[in-house]
Amino acid sequence: MIEIEGLGKSFTLHNQGGAVIPVMAGAHLRVARGECVALTGTSGAGKSTLMRMIYGNYRASAGQIMVGESDIAQAAPREIIQLRRDTLGYVSQFLRVVPRVPTREVVAEPLLTLGVTRTDAIARAEALLARLNIPEALWSLSPTTFSGGEQQRVNIARGFAHAFPALLLDEPTASLDAANREVVMGLIEEAKARGAAIIGIFHDEAARGQVCDREVDVGAFAPEQAA
Amino acid sequence: MSDYNFAYLDEQTKRMIRRAILKGLAIPGYQVPFASREMPMPYGWGTGGVQVSAACLTPDDTFKVIDQGADDTTNAVSIRKFFEKTAQVATTEETARASLIQTRHRIPEEALSEDQILVYQVPIPEPLRFLEPSEVETRKMHSLEEYGLMHVKLYEDISQHGAIATAYAYPVKVEGRYVMDPSPIPKFDNPKLGMAAIQLFGAGREQRIYALPPYTAVVSLDFEDHPFEPSKADHDCDLCGASDSYLDEVIVDDAGGRMFVCSDTDYCRSRRAAGHVGAQGAPYEEGAA
Amino acid sequence: MTPLLQVQGIAKFYGARRGCEDVSFDLYPGEVMGIVGESGSGKSTLLSCLAGHLPPDRGEVIFDTRADGPRDTLTMSEPERRMLMRTDWAFVHQHARDGLRMGVSAGGNVGERLMAVGARHYGDIRDQAVDWLGRVEIAADRVDDKPQAFSGGMQQRLQIARNLVTGPRLVFMDEPTGGLDVSVQARLLDLLRGLVREMGLSAIIVTHDLAVVRLLADRLMVMKDGRVVEDGLTDQVLDDPQHGYTQLLVSSVLQV
Repeated sequence: MIEIEGLGKSFTLHNQGGAVIPVMAGAHLRVARGECVALTGTSGAGKSTLMRMIYGNYRASAGQIMVGESDIAQAAPREIIQLRRDTLGYVSQFLRVVPRVPTREVVAEPLLTLGVTRTDAIARAEALLARLNIPEALWSLSPTTFSGGEQQRVNIARGFAHAFPALLLDEPTASLDAANREVVMGLIEEAKARGAAIIGIFHDEAARGQVCDREVDVGAFAPEQAA
Repeated sequence: MSDYNFAYLDEQTKRMIRRAILKGLAIPGYQVPFASREMPMPYGWGTGGVQVSAACLTPDDTFKVIDQGADDTTNAVSIRKFFEKTAQVATTEETARASLIQTRHRIPEEALSEDQILVYQVPIPEPLRFLEPSEVETRKMHSLEEYGLMHVKLYEDISQHGAIATAYAYPVKVEGRYVMDPSPIPKFDNPKLGMAAIQLFGAGREQRIYALPPYTAVVSLDFEDHPFEPSKADHDCDLCGASDSYLDEVIVDDAGGRMFVCSDTDYCRSRRAAGHVGAQGAPYEEGAA
Repeated sequence: MTPLLQVQGIAKFYGARRGCEDVSFDLYPGEVMGIVGESGSGKSTLLSCLAGHLPPDRGEVIFDTRADGPRDTLTMSEPERRMLMRTDWAFVHQHARDGLRMGVSAGGNVGERLMAVGARHYGDIRDQAVDWLGRVEIAADRVDDKPQAFSGGMQQRLQIARNLVTGPRLVFMDEPTGGLDVSVQARLLDLLRGLVREMGLSAIIVTHDLAVVRLLADRLMVMKDGRVVEDGLTDQVLDDPQHGYTQLLVSSVLQV
């Protein structure tokens, strides 16, 4: 489902003397349907950078990133937009939403965008919020005022609202207590069971061991420092 | 013999105005720009109408002037005297005898005929001006027939008053093309706009002339659920008893006493002369006011 | 899929000075594109050229019309273009008073576009106006109030209702949240997002506020000195800017 070949990335800092900072070279990765792969490596090794490139958030400098039939590295913006709507989900560590929008709406939005009826989308959102132990009293409030853990769970609910065939999870269990961590593990297992290809960054080794089929050390994709 | 050229204006100017009039007649409802002259009277006193009348008058004409239907108000008397002096034309107060009638704010009750001309004094010729201050924009709206704005004005009326409260200068569509301001006549007069006589509209300050040839199709704008209704005070004339004429409300004492009388003084007088008497009217005597 | 709007080689000069030049892009149905840049970067000139308010010196603005498919709006007859402007296109001005008739009630403002395309039933027009006021969160009992009596945020929402009542397919917005309090901006942004989603609108939004484009726009174009220096997915352009100017722009934003 996700196939990465020869992927490279460098940043050019035009306002700092045009410094070119290579951060990744020759990255390759394959994730099949129903498989969950963990990205590992030291902090700064490029786990998040790789994840962001797969999502199209960072531009690839070389190589290809196939998600289904599309090459993210070459795709036009509208292809990526469409892909993000129906195929490629992403749970980041940070919640970025329009202020003052109720939590229930935030979670339902990906479904509404796909044309799911309002009733069904809200029902699905509420079920996920309940499962993630967000008190019902908070559903009609904006998540911007929530605690870090609550925001993280809203983010997860939003990411799992639609059954994406491919999922990127950036530290989904960070700042969660044991009970909620188990709920998220359950969601990931269910996604695998329905055939989703998942790439995750898990700081939590126990969680990693529990849901991931393989580990890929991103450190192996470090560029040659010679240049 | 006065020292004025016939009808005050010089011949070149009259020709210029006649060209504007002819163009106006050729394109009913279209506002034709013309080079309005300074007249020996202030703007707002009918300078546009006077120039149109001057361009139309011939020595054989019989001239009548009414202001709000009356022949005897200051404005009407001044203009009548103006042409008596500068053109030496015959004048009359009788609608049927006049060949050219200049009017402010009314159409005579008596139906006009094909050999008469009715000249209107117009303060603001642009019906869209109420909502669109830009002349460039209103001209474009006319040329492209973008008249939705006119209905916005009527919409506002209904939303504020429950009915179309525009009682005078009620906008009309001419021959299915131009939206036109019929000058501040009461909407009661709108149905008469398709008359047999030629109708000419002159706006002096705004330098516009427009026209309706005889028997032009003129439709008052409205909504399907709020159709146009010509209205008048729900009374008969207290002097002549007429039930079909437009009425003025006159306060007659300090105790709130009032009476309704025909605004068309000639119409009222002729009815009384024919023996009609209203609720507060005395039998008609020749020469009495 | 046919693009809703194909912009090709738009250029506009003010004498020798460049307003904008060499601007080309395709906009697809349902897409929201942001145009950012500092004052004088040409973004407003470009928007005016696209929206038919200003004739460009060169280029084509091809719109996929309902009746005849893709047509260059710059070579259309003026009546056709103006008809487009009050049916399939909409323009939301930065200052609500530029886009509203301040002397006309809220209902009249919303109803104008309906009447402009021939609606002649007062009751129906009013019902639609009230419905649209509700959709932009203005209470039905304000329908007869004039915009002067409204707050800045309400005026802006009224302007949006007035524009969207004829179900346009393309909306041009010039700094739609400019001059509004931050809390009011948020509500407006949410409203716009909802309307874009529900009506399947395409939109082109000019702003200098990067936070606004991040929340509203799918795609982003960055302009400098009348030229497009970078374009792409909004979050990609903001998070991984390629051009020096964009990097400067992004790094200059105060973090909250």
